[in-house]
Amino acid sequence: MFVIVIIAIWEVISKAGIFPTFMFPPLIIPSVPGGVTVLKTLVGGVMSGQILAATGVTLSRLLIGFLIAVVLGLTFGFLIARFKWVDDTLGYFVTALQSIPSIVWFPLAIVWFGLGNTAILFIVAIGATWTMTVNSSAGFKNVPSIYINAARTLGSSGSHLLRTVILPASVPHIISGLRVAWAFAWRAIMAGELLGAAGGLGYLLDLGRSTQAMDLVLSIMIVIGLIGTIIDNQVFLRMERSVARKWGLRT
Amino acid sequence: MKVSLKEVNKSFQKGKGETLEVLDDIDFNISEGEFVSLIGPSGCGKSTILKLVAGLDAPTSGEVLMNGRTVTGPGTDRVVVFQEGGLFPWMTVIENVTYGLLRKKMSKEEAHEKAMEGLRMVHLANFTGSYPHELSGGMKQRVAIARALVMDPDVLLMDEPFAALDEQTRLVLHKELQRIWQDTGKTILFITHNIREALTLSDRVLLMSTRPGAVKREFTVQAARPRDPADSNVVDLERRVMEELEEEMEKVLKEEFGDDYHLEKSRVRDSDHSDMGSHI
Ligand SMILES: Nc1ncnc2c1ncn2[C@@H]1O[C@H](COP(=O)(O)OP(=O)(O)OP(=O)(O)O)[C@@H](O)[C@H]1O
Ligand SMILES: [Mg+2]
Repeated sequence: MFVIVIIAIWEVISKAGIFPTFMFPPLIIPSVPGGVTVLKTLVGGVMSGQILAATGVTLSRLLIGFLIAVVLGLTFGFLIARFKWVDDTLGYFVTALQSIPSIVWFPLAIVWFGLGNTAILFIVAIGATWTMTVNSSAGFKNVPSIYINAARTLGSSGSHLLRTVILPASVPHIISGLRVAWAFAWRAIMAGELLGAAGGLGYLLDLGRSTQAMDLVLSIMIVIGLIGTIIDNQVFLRMERSVARKWGLRT
Repeated sequence: MKVSLKEVNKSFQKGKGETLEVLDDIDFNISEGEFVSLIGPSGCGKSTILKLVAGLDAPTSGEVLMNGRTVTGPGTDRVVVFQEGGLFPWMTVIENVTYGLLRKKMSKEEAHEKAMEGLRMVHLANFTGSYPHELSGGMKQRVAIARALVMDPDVLLMDEPFAALDEQTRLVLHKELQRIWQDTGKTILFITHNIREALTLSDRVLLMSTRPGAVKREFTVQAARPRDPADSNVVDLERRVMEELEEEMEKVLKEEFGDDYHLEKSRVRDSDHSDMGSHI
């Protein structure tokens, strides 16, 4: 309902002729017969494969960067929780690192890796690593000692204890970490692709800007919004809910 | 002697330079197959003793012996049942109960078989696929007991396992635990702050004084089993334990409320004096 109202208002403004069509293209109903609409560009772009291909490029970069961040975040988180001196050094530093927007790393990334895939992966990974670290270390630190003690008296120790008790007991924290880290990675990759790197949705956005094709820009914004929502709802919210159900936590 | 504590002292570091003395020269033995309860005011170090016997913590001085050998760490010959059970919430009942067995490198089939046997012993064979949060408090404690029993430990350590349960459930579990103890002949060290519970279950009750905790007195319960709370021996002991405890409680209350607090003895006596926990 809310969406329909927004669309209606948009259409009215667009048709009122306050702005030129290229700046404020109509969403569904063309202003002149056969003229551009965002819907047409979106459908056309998806059909021709242009938007699909770009989405594929973006998602695969995102996935790789995100996975790197998750592995690093879990490792750092574990070390921080396990060793006091790592907590005093890295643990302290991570809070500062976390407050740096990942795009700030971009100049460095370009110098280090050149303008391209690696630089993008770098800022995606670095954008998500620190939140993942903070969340996972909180998860590991807050494992109730009763679980650890119970497991130890039942014969568990070392890596068995880590795998069967400490990791699973941290799962609720880790999942919320994944969710936030994903959101950070998603923002980082858009910023990165917009600033440079061939292919990807961010690059298409930049293309749309330079050719003054706001219909393309809006189409891509819609795609970005949709993907973000779908992944959050279908992947992370579901994970959170299923863990909450299994553990009997309140949702 | 199954378990021996020899001049065990324990203190914790409390901030800079300060130490908190928790246990003061604890010295007692538990024989094979004996059911011993530890009772004492809150904070006197009961759980600390249990952790030392379990090997989850080490004494500051003195030693804990198990079958004549010094305890240096946890071992499956001494399994603990905690107050809140300590079941793993991400595992089903059967996964919880087989956890220790599989760690012993037992085959899946054999572990499953043993776990079912344990669950039947506590009458929970129909709840194997449930998660802990789907069970009542009493059922959770029974699963925890089954999880400990299937390990076939020499000594069962129980830290206020029934404290969070209602009176009815507790009475049922007392019966079950007595039956299990008689069937298996396990040595049990049981912590409680409920005098009646201690007298119903134990061969011997050790009464501890306030922090730093020491064993203040020892009572041997010589009533027939299954115990009848109306048994004259039990009634008599209950009164004697209560008198001793009142003294210790007064110390605790003075510490908590300041010196101007005077325990009204008559009021405490008139109330349900089986459970000193409610006065603390
Ligand atoms: N790991 C620890 N570090 C510091 N102090 C501790 C630690 N464990 C226990 N203590 C202190 O030791 C004292 C005894 O604790 P303990 O848990 O053994 O008491 P308790 O007799 O079991 O009491 P309750 O009946 O309330 O369970 C308490 O004052 C507690 O604060
Ligand atoms: Mg305790």
